[in-house]
This record gives sequence, C-alpha cells and structure tokens, in this order.
Amino acid sequence: MKRPLFLARGPYRRRRLRDAARILPFAGAVLFLMPLLWPSRGTGLNGLYMLAVWLGLVAVAAVLRLWLADESGPEE
Amino acid sequence: MGHVLLIEDEPNIAEAIRFILSRDGWHVTIYPEGAGALEAVRCVAPDIVILDAMLPGQSGFDILTRMRADPDMADLPVLMLTARGQHRDREAAEKAGVSRFMTKPFSNAEILEQVRLLVPQ
Amino acid sequence: MPFNLLVLSCVSYVIFLFLVAFIAERRAAAGKVRWLRSPLVYTLSLSIYCTAWTFYGAVGSAAASGLEFMTIYMGPTLVFVGWWGLLRKLVRIGRQQRVTSIADLISSRYGKSNLLGVAVTLISVVAATPYIALQLQSVVLSFGVFASEDREGTALWVAIGLALFTVLFGTRNLDANERHTGVVTAIAVEAVVKLVAALAVGVFVVWGIAGGPADILGRIQAADRPEWALEPARWAGLTFASAAAVICLPRMFQVLVVENSDEKHLATAGWAFPLYLLGMSVFVIPIAVVGLEMLPDGNPDLFVLTIPLEAGRGDLAMLAFLGGFSSATSMVIVAAIALATMLSNHIVMPIWLGLMRPAVSGDVRRVVLLSRRLSIAGVLALGYAYFRLSGGGAALASIGLISFVGVAQVLPALVGGLFWRGATRIGAAMGLALGTAVWIYTLFLPSFGAISPDGFGIDWLRPHALFGTEGMDPLLHALFWSLLLNIAGFCVGSILSFPSPMERLQGAAFVGVFDTAPGPSGWSGGAPEAEDLLVMAQRILGEETALTLFLTEARAQGRAGYLPDPTPAFLERLERRLAGAVGAATAHAMIFQVAGRAAVTVADLMAVADEAAQIMEYSARLESQRQELTRTAAALRDANAKLTRLAEQKDAFLGQISHELRTPMTSILAFSEILMGDVAPEDARRQAGIIHAEAIRLTRLLDDLLDLSVLESGQVQLHISDVRLRAVLDRALAAAEHVRPRHDLTVFRDSGAEALVLRTDPDRLAQVFINLIANARKYCDAAEPQLRIVVRAQDAGVTVDFIDNGRGIPRPAQATIFEKFARLDESGQAGTGLGLAICREVMANLGGTIAYLPGQGGAAFRVWLPL
Repeated sequence: MKRPLFLARGPYRRRRLRDAARILPFAGAVLFLMPLLWPSRGTGLNGLYMLAVWLGLVAVAAVLRLWLADESGPEE
Repeated sequence: MGHVLLIEDEPNIAEAIRFILSRDGWHVTIYPEGAGALEAVRCVAPDIVILDAMLPGQSGFDILTRMRADPDMADLPVLMLTARGQHRDREAAEKAGVSRFMTKPFSNAEILEQVRLLVPQ
Repeated sequence: MPFNLLVLSCVSYVIFLFLVAFIAERRAAAGKVRWLRSPLVYTLSLSIYCTAWTFYGAVGSAAASGLEFMTIYMGPTLVFVGWWGLLRKLVRIGRQQRVTSIADLISSRYGKSNLLGVAVTLISVVAATPYIALQLQSVVLSFGVFASEDREGTALWVAIGLALFTVLFGTRNLDANERHTGVVTAIAVEAVVKLVAALAVGVFVVWGIAGGPADILGRIQAADRPEWALEPARWAGLTFASAAAVICLPRMFQVLVVENSDEKHLATAGWAFPLYLLGMSVFVIPIAVVGLEMLPDGNPDLFVLTIPLEAGRGDLAMLAFLGGFSSATSMVIVAAIALATMLSNHIVMPIWLGLMRPAVSGDVRRVVLLSRRLSIAGVLALGYAYFRLSGGGAALASIGLISFVGVAQVLPALVGGLFWRGATRIGAAMGLALGTAVWIYTLFLPSFGAISPDGFGIDWLRPHALFGTEGMDPLLHALFWSLLLNIAGFCVGSILSFPSPMERLQGAAFVGVFDTAPGPSGWSGGAPEAEDLLVMAQRILGEETALTLFLTEARAQGRAGYLPDPTPAFLERLERRLAGAVGAATAHAMIFQVAGRAAVTVADLMAVADEAAQIMEYSARLESQRQELTRTAAALRDANAKLTRLAEQKDAFLGQISHELRTPMTSILAFSEILMGDVAPEDARRQAGIIHAEAIRLTRLLDDLLDLSVLESGQVQLHISDVRLRAVLDRALAAAEHVRPRHDLTVFRDSGAEALVLRTDPDRLAQVFINLIANARKYCDAAEPQLRIVVRAQDAGVTVDFIDNGRGIPRPAQATIFEKFARLDESGQAGTGLGLAICREVMANLGGTIAYLPGQGGAAFRVWLPL
C-alpha cells in the first residue's frame, strides 16, 4: 500500500505524539543521568531531584496515554 | 446331474434355491459374497453359476465381466438374478455376457427350467 | 512475639490468598472478568518486579551506597514510559504468536528452534534459582526478627506451601492464553499489601519519628557519607541492567506478555507502574537514615521491621512483615510458573515426544500438566537446595544483580529479533552462548568462590580483569564484557549465516507485526488427514475446544461436519493454538509429525511472497469482493453437485426400494411355493419360520418407509411435553435391550448432566436414541464394547454424544451414513438401512441436529437439541 506523503492536521499531530512517546524514555534517561554531571549537592537534594524527574515522567506518560491508548492499529 | 455354484448374499434366498435345485438332484455350493467369488468359481469348477447382481464386496456385473475375460470361464453358463428389476440392469448384464437373466421374485419352476436349459444333460 | 503466633498469622494470610485466588477463578469461570482483567490488576501484577530483595534490601542498599538503589527502579521506569516503542510490539507478538514464555518467544522467532528454547530456559533457571533462594532467606530472616526462638525448617515449609499454591492455581488450565486469573488476582492483592506496608512504614518514619519532610531532608543531608557519592559507571550500568531485566526476567515476561489480556492495559501500566515503583522507593532513603541513627548496630536490610519494633509499634512491624512476605511469595509463585512452563515446553515435552512419538495417541494434555507440576516442584526444590547449600548470608545478598546480568544475556536476541529481520538462529545461539559463558565465568562462579581469581595463571583470563581490563567494578566488568561479546557474536553470526525459510517467515512476522497484511503461511504442499489433526488437537486442547475450533473452521470453509480442509492457513492457525499450550517448537513438531512433510522450502517461500505482494496490490474492497465471489462460486458448485447427485439418487432410490422389497418377497414366494408341494415336516417348520421372519422384515421396511415419508413431508404430528433427559435415555436403553444383541454393551452415563428438562417429543427423541444405542450394540466390534453417553449444555442447547469404543466409521463412509439405505454392513440382515436417515429427519422435525463426530476413537454421534 502506498503511504501518503503529507498528512492532514489531525493525523499529523497524532504521529508527532507517537514520536514523543518514543523519545520519552531517552529524555528520561538523560534527566536521570544529570546528577552525575553536577558537583555533588548531597544525597537529600539529589534524591529530591530524582523523585521530581520520576513524577514528571509519570505525568507525561499519563497524558500521552490519553491519545495513544486507543490506537492499537497498524504502524503508519 | 451337475454342480451349481450359487453366489448369493441373502441366506434365505440362497436356502430356497438350494432346496429347489438339490430336490431335483443338483449338487449346490453356496458362496455368500462378491469378494473372492472369482476364486470360488475357479476352485469349485461348477457346471453353472447362479449369480446375484448386488453383492457385498464386488457387484455381480463385475464378477461376470471378469469371468468372461478369463479363457477358462469364458464359456461357463451364468444365470444372473437381480431384485432391482430395472431395464438398465438387464442391459448391463447382457453387455457383460450373461447367459440368462432373471428378476426376483421368480417362480421355482422357472429357475429349475433355466438351469436345466443351460446345462445340457 | 511467640513463634507460633507468627506462624499463625502467616498461615491465615496465605489462606486469605487462597480464597482470593479461588474466588477469582470462580468469577472468571462464570464470565465475570471485568474487574479481574482491568488495567489496574494488570499494573499491580507487574509489581512482582519488587521482590523481597527490593522490599528489605533497598533500605540496606541505601544505607550502604546512597541513591544507587534507585537505578533498580529507573530502568523499568524508562522502559515503561516508552511502552509505545518496545513493550507494545512485544505484547502484540506475544498475543499473536500465542507465546508461552520468553524461551518460547526466542525459539519461535528463530524458526521455532528448540535449541534456543533450551538455552534460554537453562539460563533462566540458573539465574532464577539463587533468586528464589534469596526470597526464602528473606522470609527466614524476617521470622528471626520476630521470633523469640529460632526454628529450623521455616524455609522448607514456605517452599512446600508455595509449591502447593502454585500447582493448585498455576496449572489449572493448559493454554497459556487462558490466563491464570486466580494467581494474578492474588498477586495483585499482595502488591497492594506491599505498597501499603512500604508507605505506612515510610509515613511513620517521616512524620512519626522525624518531624516531617523538612526535618528528614535536613537529617539526610547531615548524614551524607563519602561512600554515598554517585558512581557514574555503576549508575548508568545498573540502570541499563535493570531495564534489560524488566523485559527479560522470565517472571516479568510472564505477567507482562503472557498474562496480558488486553493490549490497551499497557497504556495504563505505562504510567501507573512507574508510579508504583516511585511509591515503593520514595521513603527508602528516609528509612535508611533514621535507621542508621536509631540502630547503628542493626542490620540495615531489616530496618523496615526493626524501626517500628524499636519504636514500640508492633502492629506496624507486623504489616511490614506481611509486606515482605508478600514480596517474597508473589515473586516465587510467578517465577515458578514461568520457569515450569519453560522447562516443560522446551525440555520435558520434546524429550517425551521424541521417546513416544505420541502425536496421535496418548493423552498429551495430562502429560503436559503433570510435567508442569513436577517442574514447579523441581524449581522450588532447586531454590531450597541452593538456600541450604549456600548457607544463606552474604553470598546471597548480591545475587539480585548477578541474576539481572544473567537474564540480560537474552536481550540482544530478543530486541534484535523484534527489530532486525536479518537476525538468525546461528547469530542468536552464538550471542547467547558467548554472553552466558562470560557471565558464568566472570560473575556467577566467582560469586560463590568457585573459581580462582588468577584465571588459570593466564593474565588476560582473570575473571575480574578480562583482557587486562583492570580497575572496573566486577559487576560492571561482567555486564560490559558479556553483553559486548554477546552482541558481537549475535551480529557476526547473523551476518555470516543464512537463515532457514522458517526463520525468514518468523522474522518477517515478528518484525512486521504491525503491518496489516497477513504473513505468508508456514505450511504448504500436500495435506494431512483432517481427522488425524483433530485427534491430536483434542489431546492437547481438550475435546470441546478442539471440536469447536474445527467446526468453526469447517463452517468458514463452507463445509458441513467437523472436518475442514487442511489448508495452509488452517494449519497455521491450528499450530498457533497448540503453541499456546505446549510452546511453538513443540506444536510445530507435533503438526509436522501428523503432516509428515517439510514445512517450507525457499522456493515455496518465494512463491508465497510473490503471491502476498500481488494480493497487497488489490485494495481491501476488491479483495473482499473476490472472497465473496469465491464463496458464491463454491456454493453454486456445491448446489450443482447436489442436484446432479439428487437426480442420480432418485433413480438409485427407486432401484433400492425395489431391491429392498423384492428380496424378502423372493424368499417368501419361493418357500410358500415349496410348502404347497410335499415337504418333510421338519423342513416345513423351518421354512415357515423363514417366511414369517421375512414377512416381519417386509413389514418393518414398509413401516420405516412410511415413517420416513411422513417425516420428510413435515406433516408429522409431534407430541411435545416437558421431559427429563434422563427418563428418555432410560427408556431408550431399556428398549434397545430387546434388539438382538451381538455383544454385551457396557454403558457409561452421567446422571448429573442428564437431569436437564427438555421440551420436546419424548417418543420421537427416544426413537433416535434407541437407533443409536442399537447401532452401537450391533456394530461395535471392540473386545469389550462400551458406550459413553455424554451430555453437555452448550450453544443454547444440549448435546448428547453417543461414543462407542469400536472401529468407528471410515472417513469416506462418514459423508453418506445418514443417506437412505446406506449400510456399512452389506449383509443386509441387520436392518432396513433407514435408521439413521429416520434419525436425521426426526431431529430436523424436533428442531435439532444429528451429526457424526469424527476422531473420538470409535463411532460417535452427536445429537443437538435447542433448550
């Protein structure tokens, strides 16, 4: 089957959301690795930062779910 | 008197024919199915074969055709019996080389007469 | 706390879990699965990732090395928030290919190679055994905290109890696609207990002992130690290892893929599972810090228990104890199920199959269940033995990570197989072999001192400094080298080898799982007997499931009866169903045994691929039209054949009737003529007897013909009433006694099922039953003839099966036995040849059906009546 070269606005947005879903773990990995690059601020503050990133990932994943959950069709 | 090989799967009919013929002095051997009938004919070497058309294993028409193809049995008198009584059966029997063809039911005198006719004394 | 009280509370908790599992199974059986198969339960079941090692050990690890424990949760978090990319594909493939375990997935992807299945199974067992031992140890340790006296044998009883639970709820059904609802529900409940316990202890520590979040943050900053500083290499390496483990651990694969009942649940788990992990770890550092302040000499691994005890909160400690107990038990249960499935499908079954060649004989179902049960017991016995031999203690503590690195060896073959069509069996085998060898040499054996650190005197072979790479952390060193060599072997092997056709088929199916076009089929060429396939399928799937499957398939093909044409597409579907029960490699081998031919050749593959490409050219609409046309053409062809047959049959039917009437008439006439003359008295008596018998035969024939013509015209008068099925069967059996018995017939019945009340014409139904029973009595040729009458409610009706143990009806005759004058026994003496034709008409008049049931080992008829 031929795939269309350009998409309408709706499908275009959905496709970018899928891209976001694919990128999310890599973004998370970078954020998780950040403490290694900082001069040490102590376990407590580092821990707080980690929890914040963690919670952020959960939130973004939950939002993405709203758009992606119902799409179990073929990969486009 | 001669030797009759009766190939018939209905035991009661076979019994009736055997009774009629042996009372007239014929020696009657009964073979109850189509499969192996040809070998039975070869073994018994009768003077005449009475052959039922519908037999389990192999039909009477098949047996007859094969008998006619075998030089030993090509001239053996064969009296064929059928209960279906259809025109087609008679044609098929004649094509296969039957000597006489009779439909069931038959009268006792008739079958005796046919056997006597087919086996010259 | 006295020891007995502790045991009592444990036992009550376990009984509670039994009840939960039992009720869940009951509800699932009743079809009430809305709650049981919700995304929430799915997410909670994933929590078996958090074992006792993390429940207790996270605090211990935090006390020793600060934030590093978080890496164990970061990996899974990253994998799950990225579910759209990897996990979705994994779950889709798992469902489509009916994968039963991670070993099965690898085996299936690489051309259903059992060698790879065995390899993954062995790695998994080796990696999981110490892990199970670790769980047993944690239970023993936590007992020790409470119990005033020390008892031997705690671990043994725990192991036995867990084996019992797992066998009871883990091997109820065979098909992996029928999920273990009971186990999963119990696991979900345990997940809640774990989380509540961890949070409760944490809240108590932060607000009960410390003065709230600000105070605790201050304490943490104050307690900072140099060894808590982040180590970049371990930080990244452990995150990677845990990410790999959450996919590759057999128990995770089990709940993630095999127990998944709806792909959409993954979307929920994508954020909810990381949230769960967050909940489990948010209070770890505070607990560790407070613990170190309060109990400087205590074992940090047990702070979760000892802090509440020290603060006089026995109830909280008890809750924490149950949380730890839950963590240990749920991990062991699921790990045992997953490992047992792998052991049974990839090691026990292939051996049994090779020894017995039982594709069409023997009850495979029972053997599979038995081998799974034994495997479960074996896995737990192994874990227990390891616990005893290692003597517990420090050697076990590091086992969690060692295990992670071990199972990570499967990752290259798994991910490579999912995304790279060029990955081959040889490559996967090389990668697995190299990686596992390095893991065993550099990490597993040294972990219990089974190998000398000098590498047999060869400098570059030292287990902790392979190729001279000194100064690395041993764990990272092993992770680095094993995966590097694993990936290298995988790539080189794949690039240099040429895959078999089956591998290429499976590779295309896995990598392109989201493409709509159905993949080319793995079966082509000649055809096995559908009946043999049915017999085999029944042995594995069970009778009803197999019959339903074949019936549906036959209907889809537009055929009457239970035997579809063994088309490649059907073989493919059948194989997948079987794979759900016994694994892909075994299912393939079993079908192969029946089909008795090579699956595919390269030429077949190319032909099928061309065909598939051509079909893709058509639009979906054209395609469906074409199918419609094919179906119509087939229906027309059928109708035409039927008409021709009918015309011929009418002729033949007249001939038949003539024959059937004239035959008795001939005897009657001949003997009555004889009797008119002079006959000896004893002859006369016998001949009169014959006349009598033939007259009866003639009458019966006329009765049957009359009955049949009334039935066929639809003018039949039915006397409908409510009647118990049992009464009709009783009557039929009594009446069939009078049929001249050729054999004694032993009848097996199921009086419970026969209590059904039917609304039908009892006389007519009894007529059908009498016919079937009499047929069994007359024709069953077994040495000890038996008749089973099986009653089942199904399809808005009831089926009554009459199954004897004779030779059955040969396949060619099965199509015609319901025709008039169709006789198997040609002697013509037994009956009028109208019995089954009448049965068919009676059933049609009663609104039901009667059909021959192939593949039951003897002659079998199924009567179906609407309820």
